[in-house]
Amino acid sequence: MIETIKQHVAGLLTEKKIAGFLGLIEKNGHVAPHLFKDGESLAGFTLGDRKTAGDARYPLNKTLVTLSRAYPEETFGVLVRGCDERGLYGLFRLNQLTEDRVIPVGFSCPAELSEACECRKPYPDSLVAGEKTESSQLKKVAEMDGKDLARRFDFWTAQFVKCVKCYGCRDVCPMCFCKECSLECEDLVAKGDLPVEVPVFHLTRAMHMADRCVDCGLCDEACPSDIPLRLLYKKTAQIMDTDYGFTSGLNKNERSPLSQMGPAK
Amino acid sequence: MEYKTTLTTCTYCGCGCNFYLETLDGKLTNTIPCKTSPVNEGKLCIKGWNVHQFVQNDRRLKKPLLRKGGELVEVEWEEALAYTADRLKAVTAEKGGDAVGFLASAKVTNEENYLLQKFARAAIGTNNVDHCARL
Ligand code: SF4
Ligand code: SF4
Ligand code: SF4
Repeated sequence: MIETIKQHVAGLLTEKKIAGFLGLIEKNGHVAPHLFKDGESLAGFTLGDRKTAGDARYPLNKTLVTLSRAYPEETFGVLVRGCDERGLYGLFRLNQLTEDRVIPVGFSCPAELSEACECRKPYPDSLVAGEKTESSQLKKVAEMDGKDLARRFDFWTAQFVKCVKCYGCRDVCPMCFCKECSLECEDLVAKGDLPVEVPVFHLTRAMHMADRCVDCGLCDEACPSDIPLRLLYKKTAQIMDTDYGFTSGLNKNERSPLSQMGPAK
Repeated sequence: MEYKTTLTTCTYCGCGCNFYLETLDGKLTNTIPCKTSPVNEGKLCIKGWNVHQFVQNDRRLKKPLLRKGGELVEVEWEEALAYTADRLKAVTAEKGGDAVGFLASAKVTNEENYLLQKFARAAIGTNNVDHCARL
């Protein structure tokens, strides 16, 4: 799989279709985000699978936004899994990236990762290597829904209170780009106070991610307190889907029901 | 266009979390926790996440400050060290070693911390040694 991708990337670079390819490199014994340039060796090129599939994923789209802001005339290539591509579609919709300035190079995730992520679309449309892996069911959300309200409330309260307010969930999130973040708005979240106000902090973020979160799970992996953030956002996404028929990043050019005026269709 | 990620260790506390400092054309743009680091496994505290912000900040102290006539002014290291040595000598001569204390740092090496406590105990004669990482 990786050889096919490398060849494809090498082609894009030599044909000067892109100014650089944002991917991952194995260096110093670690996996790091890297911008590959024309003429550079693709020797360390990696997909971010170390001990297990997808265990060294990085928010490349976040870096892509930084690069595109600095070089708006350039076109960049970027390595994408299904969730990364959903992120791209979301960032096009939210005017953070320009579609014709991005060339995604996609590959699919293996079935075990799809299951671990409970992923709805574990492959991108721009599939360069791999097969379309099957999507997985939302088991954990269903399990949680099976509990009564009081138990769910206790569960989430016990989770939220563990928060150390590192803001890592926001900082790692490829879909968080606001200049003024609500989680720093003093009327909602008191500055310097710990523990955070439960559940305001986490529900504010969940609400703000409702039409943005592309379910990549990076926040969950970055949380030092092991709060199951992804589960929370999956539930929010499920509500968006059942009530509005919308899933962030699933289809290109889809508009968010939260930014449309008038009655729902 | 030069985009780089530099693997390094957090300077804030003794945990030693690893992260990438992201730079674009020589300017720091972001901190990304290293997912493969056995120390922090892709997680950071709030200070670590913002570590890139102080390095190129205008308000960062780059020279020692000495209070002169009630105002803090920038001085050269030579002057700052000479002043500190003079005052240490004067205070300890008058009131003994326990009249001063030493604040070590989690941001320096083990060896430097060793030296500081040795200096405090052997040269000045006090056990008043503490550090910034008493978390
Ligand atoms: S969310 Fe889906 S596309 Fe993303 S890593 Fe998991 S399985 Fe792959
Ligand atoms: S899963 Fe987390 S990091 Fe990924 S888009 Fe959703 S909120 Fe952001
Ligand atoms: S990453 Fe976890 S601990 Fe940090 S602010 Fe988010 S929920 Fe809280």
